[in-house]
Amino acid sequence: MKEYHYTGPVEHRFSPYAFNGGTVLAVAGEDFAIVASDTRLSEGYSIHCRDSPKCYRLTDTTVIGCSGFHGDCLTLTKIIDARLKMYKHSNNKMMTSGAIAAMLSTILYGRRFFPYYVYNIIGGLDEEGKGAVYSFDPVGSYQRDTYKAGGSASAMLQPLLDNQIGFKNMEGVQHVPLTKEKAVQLVKDVFISAAERDVYTGDALRICLITKEGVDEQTIPLRKD
Amino acid sequence: MMQQQEAGGFNFENSRRNAVLESSLAENGFKYLNPRKTGTTIAGLIYKDGVILGADTRTTDDMMVADKNCEKIHCISPTIYGCGAGVAADALLCSQMIAASAQLHSLNTGRRPPVAMMTRQLKQTLFRYQGQVSCSLIVGGVDDSGPQLYSVYPHGSSYRLPYVTMGSGAAAAAAVLEDRFKPYMELQDALQVLQDAVLAGILCDLVSGGSVDVCVITETGADLRRGVERAAVRGNRTGDYRYKRGTTVVLTKSTTNLRHDLVHESVQTTDQD
Repeated sequence: MKEYHYTGPVEHRFSPYAFNGGTVLAVAGEDFAIVASDTRLSEGYSIHCRDSPKCYRLTDTTVIGCSGFHGDCLTLTKIIDARLKMYKHSNNKMMTSGAIAAMLSTILYGRRFFPYYVYNIIGGLDEEGKGAVYSFDPVGSYQRDTYKAGGSASAMLQPLLDNQIGFKNMEGVQHVPLTKEKAVQLVKDVFISAAERDVYTGDALRICLITKEGVDEQTIPLRKD
Repeated sequence: MMQQQEAGGFNFENSRRNAVLESSLAENGFKYLNPRKTGTTIAGLIYKDGVILGADTRTTDDMMVADKNCEKIHCISPTIYGCGAGVAADALLCSQMIAASAQLHSLNTGRRPPVAMMTRQLKQTLFRYQGQVSCSLIVGGVDDSGPQLYSVYPHGSSYRLPYVTMGSGAAAAAAVLEDRFKPYMELQDALQVLQDAVLAGILCDLVSGGSVDVCVITETGADLRRGVERAAVRGNRTGDYRYKRGTTVVLTKSTTNLRHDLVHESVQTTDQD
């Protein structure tokens, strides 16, 4: 049995990370992809900024959503942009979504022992024009998905997406293919619900709809409290 | 058998034990039980005819909203109300304890209880628990000495002031009150200032939210108004998320009939006085 004893004063080290909140979500359809994020940047109990979207446009066919520590999100997207430029200049073509995903995995693993505190989700169109979603963990493990939620409210969103898009835990329901309009409506609805219960999610929702025409952005207001 | 020396004062063995348990649980990857906090914005001010108290309505479980519309303004007596911040259970039960004592006092003396008496009972309880009962309260009311407003801190200190704010959103609310408070304001102006103060906390503090509740206490009594201002309303969800019967698979079904045999029947009429 452990002895009960008073441990005395505790030393607190400087932490190189901060948690800035935010939720990202990506959905892949037959010929489109959606990357959505809320726009609230928080720290501790305060709000730094109400208009800081977490979706970053990489190419005409790829958008990345990054949430976690905002400092690392900014640096990581800067590095990805630089690498995209280098690839374009050496190979005379733009990187495809799959290639960006593979590259990001190596960038993240390069910092395996001092990770980028970022939860990434890439959404875009693959070479065949079909929607693609790639989800990552902070050290580079990734997989291709149909839909994925990441960030602070991910645990609230993912089960609903599993049910509505993946038709999980339902019997006798027709598996209708997801249309653009239905997907955007679903994304708006799930973020409205997430903003009710997650304190880090709110202020506004930025939706990036990626089709072969390009990337179309829209912003919808969310709860501000 | 060894005779243990009787030590005076409060026995803190349990708090040390809790601290050790918390660290040993964390070693094995379990999260320690976190009590629900109200993570609040509460504020009060004295105006021309009495006291106005205000509070937000959000309760959080860590950083998730547990209750979107809870009541943080508690009735202590018909002319004394208290707002609680900190651990929700502590705030509520402290208020209920002194409310019971207020009622007993009224019955014994035939008078309304003094605000200072309720505040003193609160601080003496909180001091006895040396801050382990982790709630901050604002106590406001009207008694024979006029309108009074006190803020009480978890370790047992209290301050009598013309306007106070407490909770995690206190800084935001205090900013508004420091700018716009004037002594002897009219009811409408005072209500607007207090609502705006609590609203500032709701918008700027992550763990405060929901709507603004106010309680106006005057010589004649108290008027508790829930939801006078809604900082934010839920957005309109356009999708239909209803499920047809049969969507959830029924794996097995078993029915047990409960047999009821009438054993004895008797009828008693009550006299209506």
